[in-house]
Amino acid sequence: MELLVTIAKTVLYVAAVFGVTLLHVAYATYFERKVIGRMQGRIGPVEVGFRGLLQPFADMVKSLFKEDIIPAAADRTLFFLAPVIVVASVMTSLAVIPFFNNGAIANLNVGVLFIFAMASLAVYGIIVAGWSSNSKYSFFGSIRSAAQVISYEIAMGISLAGVFLMAGSVNLNDIVLAQREQPLGMFAVLQIVGFVVFVISAFAETNRTPFDLPEAETELVAGYLTEYSGFRYALFFLAEYISMYIMAALIALCYLGGWALPGFVTRALPFLEQVPGIIWFLIKVYAFMFFYFWVRATLPRYRFDQLMAIGWKILIPVSVVNIVITAFVKRWLM
Amino acid sequence: MLPEFFFGYFACAILGLAMLTVTRKNLVHSVLWMLLLFLHIACLYLFLNAEFLAVIQVIVYAGAILVLFLFLVMLLNLREEHEARRFVKAWQGRLAVCILLLTVIVISVYKAAVQPTGGYSITFINEMGHTKVLGTVLFNQYVLPFLMTALVLFVPMVAAIVLAMKERKR
Amino acid sequence: MIPLSWYLMLGAGLFVIGMFTFLVRRNIIMMLISLELMLNAVNIMLIATSHYMQDMRGQILAFFVMAGAAAGVAIGLAILIAAFRNRESANMDEFDLLKG
Repeated sequence: MELLVTIAKTVLYVAAVFGVTLLHVAYATYFERKVIGRMQGRIGPVEVGFRGLLQPFADMVKSLFKEDIIPAAADRTLFFLAPVIVVASVMTSLAVIPFFNNGAIANLNVGVLFIFAMASLAVYGIIVAGWSSNSKYSFFGSIRSAAQVISYEIAMGISLAGVFLMAGSVNLNDIVLAQREQPLGMFAVLQIVGFVVFVISAFAETNRTPFDLPEAETELVAGYLTEYSGFRYALFFLAEYISMYIMAALIALCYLGGWALPGFVTRALPFLEQVPGIIWFLIKVYAFMFFYFWVRATLPRYRFDQLMAIGWKILIPVSVVNIVITAFVKRWLM
Repeated sequence: MLPEFFFGYFACAILGLAMLTVTRKNLVHSVLWMLLLFLHIACLYLFLNAEFLAVIQVIVYAGAILVLFLFLVMLLNLREEHEARRFVKAWQGRLAVCILLLTVIVISVYKAAVQPTGGYSITFINEMGHTKVLGTVLFNQYVLPFLMTALVLFVPMVAAIVLAMKERKR
Repeated sequence: MIPLSWYLMLGAGLFVIGMFTFLVRRNIIMMLISLELMLNAVNIMLIATSHYMQDMRGQILAFFVMAGAAAGVAIGLAILIAAFRNRESANMDEFDLLKG
């Protein structure tokens, strides 16, 4: 009986988290279009609903009712499976993210590594999508994307190792608690090198501008998405936004102090303690989402060889040096 | 009852997926079945209280090794395996050898049981966290092998680049 | 409590499947895949034994096996690329020339 209650509670919590995330994703697209519109001197969507607030739902309905085209030469099973792999793997990563203290669906001891594992599974969706479409552009797009994601995953993992060393744990909850002990309340200051490397890799990992090579319209039509239409395309789109949220959440948790406020702030303004942690968490996540959109509106796209050179020749060596220095400092100076 | 049921599922799934992996003609399908196989093996490691190794199994095997396979299958365009001439056709002899080996191993492990030394009991590992326990043992008792691993990984990296790089035209 | 021998027999089954494939299929990629199957079978056995003995050494060994597997695959696939350039084939039996 108790087991059943636990299972029911978990299922409800999972449903709530996924539902809320989907709502956030819907409004992230609206937020993005508004932000970029303003930055380019336009006003963004205004037609549907009050100030265009219903625009995401209109888009959703549109993509659900579009014709679902399957290329004649496609490997049908894999063509259907690819978006499912991508969405399933990014959604599973949501399970280990603590939105407030002990607020993760599953408080794993290997939380961060679990997110990495799931991110490496998402690569399969991309490769399979490109291969099963049986089209040149899809295939090149998917190979590029896979190479990019795998290369930047290394830099990302190594830069996070600095955080693991500082926190002495890979559990996301413990990492946040360890940051609260810090005088500055966040690792972003002491781990500034790792932070910068991680932020750059996060852009490449989620295939966002300036590293959106896989979907470089001018060269590859739409990359691995070329042959997809209707709701399968919408699934890829959904996965991209969820993975942006996950990267933003990782940055908030590992570098910006997660749901907690820095100690000196709460000491100066004690009433802030009363605000629920999830608010601070969401503020940090949305600040980073805004940064994503800001960069998209500002920077042009890199060339593919430049992208690889940045990843392998700059970010990986820098993050390795960062680990070594962190280890020395942690061992002898702290 | 529940553990036996789960173990039965995972054992059947692992053996079945292994068979599927090795019998596919299309290598891409074969690699994808193997991905599912590795995920099941990772779940089996969770049963054995080795959560760090389970995650590493997914990151290393699924995230790195299988992607390498997939890349190569695609780049060399080895879509369908054609029937090719072979030196030795008879497979019955090999099957006999394999069955013999299976019998020998099964007979030898059928009654296998070990005495727990109690050094790293389940409660101890749960208290400390598997990652920390494994790290402590690895970096204290096995530092030299760990450093050798760096060499083991470095040499193939250089070799792979040298082998796969096209010879420059002079 | 599941007896240790079940895990060991599972490992044995997986190992034999891998070995039979290695002996029968002649595609180099398939042979490398079956090598991975065998290494995984050994890993299952190592980790199971380590768990039942309450000793970390088996898991450490499994860790090194994974590193070795990664290294082996990298070099094996590099050799395949080099060989493929000469013979346009991934079939083991086609490589029967002594000169490159």
